[in-house]
Amino acid sequence: MTAILEVDELSSGYGPVPVLRDVTFEVPTGTVTAILGANGAGKTTLLRTLSGLLRPTTGRVRFDGEDLRGVPVERLVRRGLAHVPEGRGVVAELTVEENLRLGGLWRRDRADARRAQDEVYQLFDPLARRRRHAGHQLSGGERQMLALGRALIARPRLLLLDEPSLGLAPRVSGQIMTLLRQLCDGSGLTVLLVEQNVRSALGIADQGVVMSLGRVVMATPAAQLRDDEQLRHAYLGF
Amino acid sequence: MDRFLFLTLDGVSTGAVYAAFALALVLIWRAARLVNFAQGAMAVATAYVGYAVVSATGSYWLGLGAAVLAGLALGALVERVLMRFVGHANPLGDVIVALGLVLLIQAVLGMVFGNEYRPTAVPFDTDALTVGGIAAMSPYDLWVLGAVVVVVALLALLFTRTSLGLRMRASAFAPEVSRLLGVQVSRMLTVGWALAAAVGALAGMLVVPTGLGLHPHAMDLVFVIAFTAAVVGGLDSPAGAVVGGLLVGLILSYVTGYLGPDTTPLAVLVLLLAVLLVRPGGLFSGPRARHV
Repeated sequence: MTAILEVDELSSGYGPVPVLRDVTFEVPTGTVTAILGANGAGKTTLLRTLSGLLRPTTGRVRFDGEDLRGVPVERLVRRGLAHVPEGRGVVAELTVEENLRLGGLWRRDRADARRAQDEVYQLFDPLARRRRHAGHQLSGGERQMLALGRALIARPRLLLLDEPSLGLAPRVSGQIMTLLRQLCDGSGLTVLLVEQNVRSALGIADQGVVMSLGRVVMATPAAQLRDDEQLRHAYLGF
Repeated sequence: MDRFLFLTLDGVSTGAVYAAFALALVLIWRAARLVNFAQGAMAVATAYVGYAVVSATGSYWLGLGAAVLAGLALGALVERVLMRFVGHANPLGDVIVALGLVLLIQAVLGMVFGNEYRPTAVPFDTDALTVGGIAAMSPYDLWVLGAVVVVVALLALLFTRTSLGLRMRASAFAPEVSRLLGVQVSRMLTVGWALAAAVGALAGMLVVPTGLGLHPHAMDLVFVIAFTAAVVGGLDSPAGAVVGGLLVGLILSYVTGYLGPDTTPLAVLVLLLAVLLVRPGGLFSGPRARHV
């Protein structure tokens, strides 16, 4: 299987303070990879470095075999990499419709952008009913749907998701996880997921990457993390 | 009563210019979170360009177009070569840089064009028309009012109906998210400055003939008044800038008419102070959207 994302000896941080140290792992095409670890392990920093919001101090990231160094953040989505940041990233002052349109503005294929928007409304019924509502009027679950739907309008090949179930009711977060799995199986989307809720993340993941204090301590099939109690105890604490 | 009516109409037409100028301040505030204290000087510079074209070609409309184009160019230039490099670590940084720009522009204008008042051409009569025996607006006032209404309407359309407007709003509200969605945020910032300076240029062209004439300091008081108008309306609100401009125009018209023109600058400052004390966010400051 080929890897859509190859992370090689990646280090980055804020100013002189290093957060990530020599992070290396691969994300195979068409799979769900879950990044797991305690608060402060560097999970969000990792995603921000992958999407170029933070520049790595050393190491490199290859997306589809191409080095991402020097590629500006705003070009990445055009290459097929979408990042839904922590806190969902819905623009609270814009309406649902405007948020979705924003996700497709860069696309030359206007017709397909509109088609993608209709698909999002079909996928997330609550959004279709609240098109004219401003982002700040939505519930937490609706915001997550909007952020996810908006990313899908780019028809990405790799989706980076930061804590999609944060603050959501278990039922809603379960639905979102199921949907991610379906998108992967159905359309060949690759998902890289940062999640605090280890159980639900492992429920859909193919691979688990465990981080601690800015390093990758283990990258292993998710089934192994699910089933091997000793491993779970040692690395995930439950 | 006639006098009251006259002052009201006069207040509306001067208020319209303040509204346009306040709108230019709001555009930059929303895009870059800074008050462009160089707005007045930039507008004067473009008005010099405009009226130079008027006297060279004899056409007011060519001059107006030239001023607006000069505004677009100057705004983009100031953002690209100057403001972009001002760090935001120190909140006074951009104020000081803008004030430096004011000194630079006014000094250069003085060197090139001289520090005296130059008369300016107007396309319409400035004598008030009398309607039913009452002195009402002049044709020039009506032109000013109409021009401002058109500009406000065009800006409203731009921001609510076009994808450029959507990009600009998104960049202002959530720059990082916008970048992740492929919006070229830094370009939107340049566009915002260019647009604001063009609106400022138009306001400058409109207001200069109503004062003493063209002079490097011709917009100094207008800037202070427009800033007050923007603060009255709330720096974040384009609608507030328009309402604030009209309100300030009316108040100043009454003060000037009933108490004499010497009190105008004082009244502006009193008003600014009162708004900052009573409602610092401005009349149109709604509750901030919650970010969860």
